[in-house]
Amino acid sequence: MHRFANPAQFNRLADAVMPWAMVATVLLFGAGLYYALAGSPPDYQQGESVRVMYVHVPAAWMGMFVYVVMAVASFAALAWRHPLALLAGKAAAPIGATFTALALITGALWGKPMWGTYWVWDGRLTSVLVQFFLYLGYMALWKSMEDEEKAGNAASILALVGLVNIPIIKFSVDWWSTLHQPASVMRLDGPTIDGAMLVPLFLMAAAYQVYFTVVFIWRMKFEINNRKLSVMRSVDMGH
Amino acid sequence: MAEFLDMGKHAVFIWTAYGFSAAALVVLALRSRASQKASEEQVAAARARRKGDN
Repeated sequence: MHRFANPAQFNRLADAVMPWAMVATVLLFGAGLYYALAGSPPDYQQGESVRVMYVHVPAAWMGMFVYVVMAVASFAALAWRHPLALLAGKAAAPIGATFTALALITGALWGKPMWGTYWVWDGRLTSVLVQFFLYLGYMALWKSMEDEEKAGNAASILALVGLVNIPIIKFSVDWWSTLHQPASVMRLDGPTIDGAMLVPLFLMAAAYQVYFTVVFIWRMKFEINNRKLSVMRSVDMGH
Repeated sequence: MAEFLDMGKHAVFIWTAYGFSAAALVVLALRSRASQKASEEQVAAARARRKGDN
């Protein structure tokens, strides 16, 4: 972990990963969209609307995944004063917020034809909305204080406290009655979705994952450069 | 191709969901890339300035 505390080492690793991640993003989105829109059958109950699943579920998974990344990074930042970890949380937050917003929007667009409503205040939808506000709160705390260190501490603490929301999202469909369907992929007894639909779902999920890697690296480099610039500025002012 | 684009009676919901997703992901990627590039140039410029001072 601390090997990556050095920005030069992070940049070297990032530069090695970047071309592969970019190629993988293009290929997986190409294959994923083909299977999502053409190469998979309509659902026997939902018809063509099932195709919303291939953009909704990966966005929802990634919204949670990125939150855990942000929380782990925040923990490392608070516990070990790890400077890159702090920047990793800051770099990840806007990406996670985007995924979460997309999960909410595509979910509403799936809910309207299937449930007859864009929105219900049930456990699943509400806890995902809470996750979206946690991301916004984290980003707002970074901007709210002049002192970068205090801002980073406050944001990191919020990210850690908000981690309690992740199991609530996951188990909300089991704990409370809801219109939202229960887990059908991440189940102990295996997926209950037909294989023809798992292909586009997993391809799109993989595409979202490598997309995250690419954008996260860009945002990390941006944060590292900003840190360098502010260090240079403060050194210059000391003269 | 026509059959592939025919999404039935809920087509507008399906295409709106894909449209929002594509637009948001493309805009986020382009903006992240642009600010990374700009910051790269700012660091290079700041380094060049410091060399000039010494």
